[in-house]
Amino acid sequence: MNRSDLMPLALLPILMGCAYLAIGNPAAWFTLTIAGVAMGMIIFTVASGMTIVFGLMDVLNFGQGIFITVGAYLSATVFASLSGYVVSPYLSENLLVILVAVVAAVAGAGMSGFLFERLLVKPVYGDHLMQILVTTGGLIVGEEIIKIIWGVQQVNVALPPFLSGAFVIADVAIERYRAFAFLAGALVFFGQYLVFTRTKTGLLIRAGVHDREMVEALGYGVRRLFVATFVSGCALAGLGGVMWGLYQQTLVPQIGSQMNVLVFIVIIIGGLGSTGGALLGAILVGICANYASFIEPKVALFSNIALMTMILLWRPNGLYPASAR
Amino acid sequence: MTELLLNLENVHTHIGLYHILQGVGFRAQRNRITLLLGRNGAGKTTTLRTIMGLWPASKGRISFAGTDIVGRSTSEISRLGIAYVPENMGIFPDLSVKENMLLAARNASRVTDIDQQRLEWIFELFPAVHQFWNRPAGKLSGGQKQMVAMARAIVEPRELLLIDEPSKGLAPAIVNNMAEAMLKLKQSGASILLVEQNLQLAREVGDDVAIIDAGRIVHTGPADECFARDDLLKTHLGLALCP
Repeated sequence: MNRSDLMPLALLPILMGCAYLAIGNPAAWFTLTIAGVAMGMIIFTVASGMTIVFGLMDVLNFGQGIFITVGAYLSATVFASLSGYVVSPYLSENLLVILVAVVAAVAGAGMSGFLFERLLVKPVYGDHLMQILVTTGGLIVGEEIIKIIWGVQQVNVALPPFLSGAFVIADVAIERYRAFAFLAGALVFFGQYLVFTRTKTGLLIRAGVHDREMVEALGYGVRRLFVATFVSGCALAGLGGVMWGLYQQTLVPQIGSQMNVLVFIVIIIGGLGSTGGALLGAILVGICANYASFIEPKVALFSNIALMTMILLWRPNGLYPASAR
Repeated sequence: MTELLLNLENVHTHIGLYHILQGVGFRAQRNRITLLLGRNGAGKTTTLRTIMGLWPASKGRISFAGTDIVGRSTSEISRLGIAYVPENMGIFPDLSVKENMLLAARNASRVTDIDQQRLEWIFELFPAVHQFWNRPAGKLSGGQKQMVAMARAIVEPRELLLIDEPSKGLAPAIVNNMAEAMLKLKQSGASILLVEQNLQLAREVGDDVAIIDAGRIVHTGPADECFARDDLLKTHLGLALCP
């Protein structure tokens, strides 16, 4: 990394330092920071797949939110079906129900993503306007299907005992679930890092983000690679849906489209096609939202838009744009 | 005895509303270096991209080793044995030189799966590839990137290399290395279709010539004959403008 590459990273300590001065209370600042980073890791889980989909095939998928919703609702169904395991005092049973929920959400969102790509995205390759229209339409239809299956009423999701409450370290209260979300997000990032740096498929995706034509000229079918990446991105959104659902603890059919806005901000801030940029963007968005809602709740409504505007004024292509397009 | 490898017949290519190739036809023989010469905008790059399937031919026939390749996907055409080195070199800048080479070796999952004897031969041809093996390809100089691009094209044996202006923007010493490398590649059995504006390099390596002007082939023949004819060079390559 050259010096220019390190500059965006400086935004984190700058934002944290400014917030520390504004908040004035170290314990509150630390709690908000942990909450913000955890929120950022959940958003990153969804955004990382979507940014690669754009980078690789130049596809604008405004319907990504539906896979978040599918993941969240499937996990809620698993939690409801295995409620005895959810409230069990045994950690192993709590972990088992979370594992089943994650598998169901990832599989369900991945399969929905495959159908979504074949039916809606494939016919509109190369046409951004149609992609926006069709994928937004897909999101709306998807939400209606969710309402038919799960109803319009909000669904409550209870956290297992080992994720409920908080632990205190040096007078700083840290919610267990947020720490868990942070670890899960870090695991996703590390997994992606390994795939992108240690596997040939990962290399192909990185190469394809930069120059799709050249990857084809080397003899690889990029379309198939794209379908696999799209499905993986949807599966990650499903995982993000599980994490976001547990974070919110109540689900509504619009949960995905509400999160979509944050995801788009993260992708734009990070730079299209860049997973590293998405990680930094997600953490910035997460901590900015948490600081703003503590310091001045009214400002929280547009704090992320303001953050995005300022970053784009500085770097119009985002912090770490990966795609040459 | 020459053997036909690539044959273009009446190839037309449209890009949007523009009719770029207007009936291109020429042949490239096996184990020879065929030069595709012409002025800027004549259709040289479009011809290479059309052969690779990156821009579809709207009419005409292109056959490679007897197989019709019009309508096939770029990846299929590549797998038939054609390698492409584009004008911008097509290097993946975020990937190391090693990773760039690994991607070009389709059957290798790891670098150790690549034919090591061939890799050594490539290192001899293009020392920069070995020297900067672990460095991000985007950090290399123009000449070093061109060597990586050429090396990548031959990491697995390919019957035909399509090379688009390899000397562009390079220092004369590096251009000489390129010429040597291309001649060695030919000795190894490869065939090359070379688009080149550097006449010195073209004279040094070319066996046959096809001259393209305004989307049509206006001359084909042996390179020696072509370079001996001032009228051709002045009319179609604009060399009268040179001192």
